[in-house]
Amino acid sequence: MALSCVLEPALSGFNFENSTRNIVLENGSEEGKIKAPKPMKTGTTIAGVVYKDGVVLGADTRATSDEVVADKMCAKIHYIAPNIYCCGAGTAADTEKTTEMLSSNLTIFSMNSGRNPRVVMAVNILQDMLFRYRGMIGAHLILGGVDCTGSHLYTVGPYGSMDKVPYLAMGSGNLPAMGILEDRFKANMDLEEAKSLVSDAIHAGIMSDLGSGNNIDLCVITKEGVDYIRPHKESPFNYKRQAKYKYKPGTTPVLTKTVTQVELELLDETVQMMETAGSS
Amino acid sequence: MATALQFPANVSTLNNYNDLYPDWTQREVSTGTTIMAVEFDGGVVIGADSRTTTGAYIANRVTDKLTPIHDRIFCCRSGSAADTQAIADAVTYQLGFHSIELDEAPLIQTAASLFRDMCYRYREELMAGIIVAGWDKRRGGQVYTVPVGGMMTRQPVSVGGSGSSYIYGYVDSNYKTGMTKEECLKFTAEALTLAMERDGSSGGVVRLAVISEQGVERQVILGNQLPKFSTV
Repeated sequence: MALSCVLEPALSGFNFENSTRNIVLENGSEEGKIKAPKPMKTGTTIAGVVYKDGVVLGADTRATSDEVVADKMCAKIHYIAPNIYCCGAGTAADTEKTTEMLSSNLTIFSMNSGRNPRVVMAVNILQDMLFRYRGMIGAHLILGGVDCTGSHLYTVGPYGSMDKVPYLAMGSGNLPAMGILEDRFKANMDLEEAKSLVSDAIHAGIMSDLGSGNNIDLCVITKEGVDYIRPHKESPFNYKRQAKYKYKPGTTPVLTKTVTQVELELLDETVQMMETAGSS
Repeated sequence: MATALQFPANVSTLNNYNDLYPDWTQREVSTGTTIMAVEFDGGVVIGADSRTTTGAYIANRVTDKLTPIHDRIFCCRSGSAADTQAIADAVTYQLGFHSIELDEAPLIQTAASLFRDMCYRYREELMAGIIVAGWDKRRGGQVYTVPVGGMMTRQPVSVGGSGSSYIYGYVDSNYKTGMTKEECLKFTAEALTLAMERDGSSGGVVRLAVISEQGVERQVILGNQLPKFSTV
């Protein structure tokens, strides 16, 4: 079957070369014990809604590493194609790289076939890849977009399961967000209603979930184009740094300065001729 | 009868979770379901509930578990959502290719064999209980069940999924040979309703489909329109 896009070659599973090394490091002698770094999770609230003219996607902007906020202005709505955007929850690196790979494949497909990519195609590529990795890639994704067949909203889980629904929330804050969506969603809403619904759903996630917070990003996708509103609503709790923490040059006094010349000796010299003449 | 699917094997009874991230994010999406198919003279009636769960959270309350494999062949999916979707996609491709090669509509037995081959070969990695049903010219309406493990057998009526355990008695006592299409629809709807009332992993709406020589007719019975029973 001809594939008009370049997927990564189907290698058998993961490369576990470093796992013995990691075990040795972790179980080392008392002084030599090293703890493996934990992957950064986005601990997120993301939501999407299909409205009259297209799709509205929303996300918070907090990325956490255990209990510390690692990034206060993380971008969780990723570009896939001019008419398709994807919100990602789960492990930050996995969602980032998966969506980048998907975007490259769809661009190649567009160039090869001269067609705009369809949302269902993005979903199928994601499903194939995530199913092949059997849940090891922690990417919970919401894909939304408008193509020639209409407006669509899909969710793809880390094991490769897919659902097509008119409204959706994912991430650790999805329970409160889903409550808002279930209460106020109506079919064929207009733009302002849809934007305020998604924004309120993310807000509920931010208020009720520790892993979500900071600002709210929105992305409105219609047949005419995309409006990426970043941020749609800023957190009222932005702490500004009280002072500048840069040191001026000359803060540390120089006491002594010694210059040592390093003598280099030429041991061996080889010359390789390059074929620069053109051949027919 | 086929073994019923109780709960997915990867459900752990002791929760091991960080306060920030609830347990269900670690769980695989399962269809934990009730599915059913009945043969009648001239076709089959298939039905399913519409609930998909991740642990205790309902990820999708309006799932469509009746997946078309070919023009007059459907499969009912139960078990892991990812596994069954991937298997159904693979079999749809294989069957479509086979049908084009033959220049003829494929047999239900062929579709069921393809499902069985995949479910048996990868039985250690997959968790999928599938009922294949449809109409073909050679043998009319047929129902084949391919439960977890990869067995395949033809049955006049088959139920599957976690909710099926609760309705074996109902199905065994109420099934009669020679039912008409309308009787089969009523029988399926009532059986699914009873299972949905008792099984926590089944619920939502009842999706039904009738497959016959004329084609496929689909219907949905919403929650408030389900048949009423006195104890539930």
